[in-house]
Amino acid sequence: MISINNLTKIYTGASHEVLALDNVSVSIKRGEIFGIIGLSGAGKSTLIRCINMLEKPTEGSIVVDGQEITNLDKSKLYKARQEIGMIFQHFNLLSSRTVFDNIMFPLEIAKTPPKAAKVKVTELLELVGLTDKANVYPTQLSGGQKQRVGIARALANNPKLLLSDEATSALDPDTTQSILKLLKDINKQLNITIILITHDMNVIKQVCDRVAVMDDSEIVEVGDVLTIFSKPATPTSQSFINAIVKKKVPEDLVRSSILKNDTKSFLVRVSFIGESASEPIISSLIKTFDVKVNILYGNIDRVKDTPFGNLILELIGDTSVINESIAYLQNKGLEVEVLKDA
Amino acid sequence: MLEIITAIDITTYLTMFLGDNAWIVEKVVFATWETIYMILISTVLSYLFGLPLGIILVTTESGHILENKSVNNSLGLLVNITRSIPFIIFLILIIPLTRLIVGNAIGTVASIVPLTLAAVPFVARLVETSMREIEWGLIEAALSMGASAWQIIYKVLIPEATPSMILGVAITSINLVGYSAMAGIVGGGGLGTLAYFYGYQRYEYTILWTTVIILIIMVQGIQLLGDKATANIVNKRR
Repeated sequence: MISINNLTKIYTGASHEVLALDNVSVSIKRGEIFGIIGLSGAGKSTLIRCINMLEKPTEGSIVVDGQEITNLDKSKLYKARQEIGMIFQHFNLLSSRTVFDNIMFPLEIAKTPPKAAKVKVTELLELVGLTDKANVYPTQLSGGQKQRVGIARALANNPKLLLSDEATSALDPDTTQSILKLLKDINKQLNITIILITHDMNVIKQVCDRVAVMDDSEIVEVGDVLTIFSKPATPTSQSFINAIVKKKVPEDLVRSSILKNDTKSFLVRVSFIGESASEPIISSLIKTFDVKVNILYGNIDRVKDTPFGNLILELIGDTSVINESIAYLQNKGLEVEVLKDA
Repeated sequence: MLEIITAIDITTYLTMFLGDNAWIVEKVVFATWETIYMILISTVLSYLFGLPLGIILVTTESGHILENKSVNNSLGLLVNITRSIPFIIFLILIIPLTRLIVGNAIGTVASIVPLTLAAVPFVARLVETSMREIEWGLIEAALSMGASAWQIIYKVLIPEATPSMILGVAITSINLVGYSAMAGIVGGGGLGTLAYFYGYQRYEYTILWTTVIILIIMVQGIQLLGDKATANIVNKRR
């Protein structure tokens, strides 16, 4: 649905130039929730703003639904923007308008007849669960309610694409959950493609189908969220994953396994995705092989709707048996990484 | 009682209470009305020209919706030049223009020309300041919805800046109270003329002090009105 090709953005300051996007290419499929993660300054904010031309790229092309948008004239650009909704970290609601009129705003811009516009606003208020707040001003709303208004407003002109600029970064964890759930529901119900940027891997984990990892003005890795979670290929991705999935073995655990040096002991990390998470693999491992298994650490999590787990095991026994055990686990479709061998 | 009052000449009625000082009251009342009239008209006119000018100043800034360096720089310069000329000198400098517009350079109507022209750049700066306070995010949101520059001006900039701009109107008209008194000294009419020609030159200290007190009340009243109007809007939006 969207294809971004060789996008470069250079900000020209008075004394120096800043390269914000360096030859970025990525394509986004219709109906997916696509995440872009990066630290502040990585260029994700610039990238998402290029998609609706709030930032004009220096070079490259962006095709949205078959339409090249980097060289549209004014009136065509206004039209194109009306078909792309956007929500913001700080909500950006007009303090001079009530909730109802804030949602009405994009419809006024698109010159929708007032009658039809009012019907649409009423519908949207219901969708985001704020019917009772129609006539209050934004200052009376909580952060989560403000973002709901922002979402309703972004959906007013029936966009095919929704851009989310750190939409949950200013919200508390509970509210973040409810907003993310709303985004997921909208994605499913209305079949809207969502592109969201965030610095929080939890957000990616919960709602995204695919993710692009940005570092230093470039996209360093793109892929399925599950793949990136289980096999992050670049240091940037690894550090984002490590922030929420424990992959390093605590020092003291490694030390205690060294103490019992009379038998061979391997430290392995086993990650499992989806189906295999529910199978009793460890118990069948013990029954099949003459190996002792010591569970040092374990967690199970969800990546979007798929279970995703991590175990750190100490395998104690003969080296050959341990190697067979590892092969057995791998045959069962698990990802096994040897952290420390004998 | 009412019939009696309306039946007799107002001067006679005042004389009944104030004796020989009745003429003072009459003069003061008339001059006060002239001052109010000058301030009212020149405030309205200065916003008629100053508001668009202020909007142009904000929107042509670099990075804004109608970014235009040369327009911004030249307008800014013009505003600064006008604002650096002391009003009393400005008043004299533009006498030919005043004559051209009004036909003469003396009196209340003639004063409105320099008062308005001096207030326009001031208003432009006030409007500019009010609109600069608006968070860029609001403008960005409107842009993301496909709003044109004109839509952003009248649907975002003006309504969002209104509470702050009303305070600006109060500041402007208070400034004009002072300016109108200065205009009065060179024959502009109103309380300034009264205070200078009667109070100062004829040593009528009652008149001098009465005008000062009326000016104080006027300024207080305008500020109070401005504060209240702003508070009303802000409270409604709360």
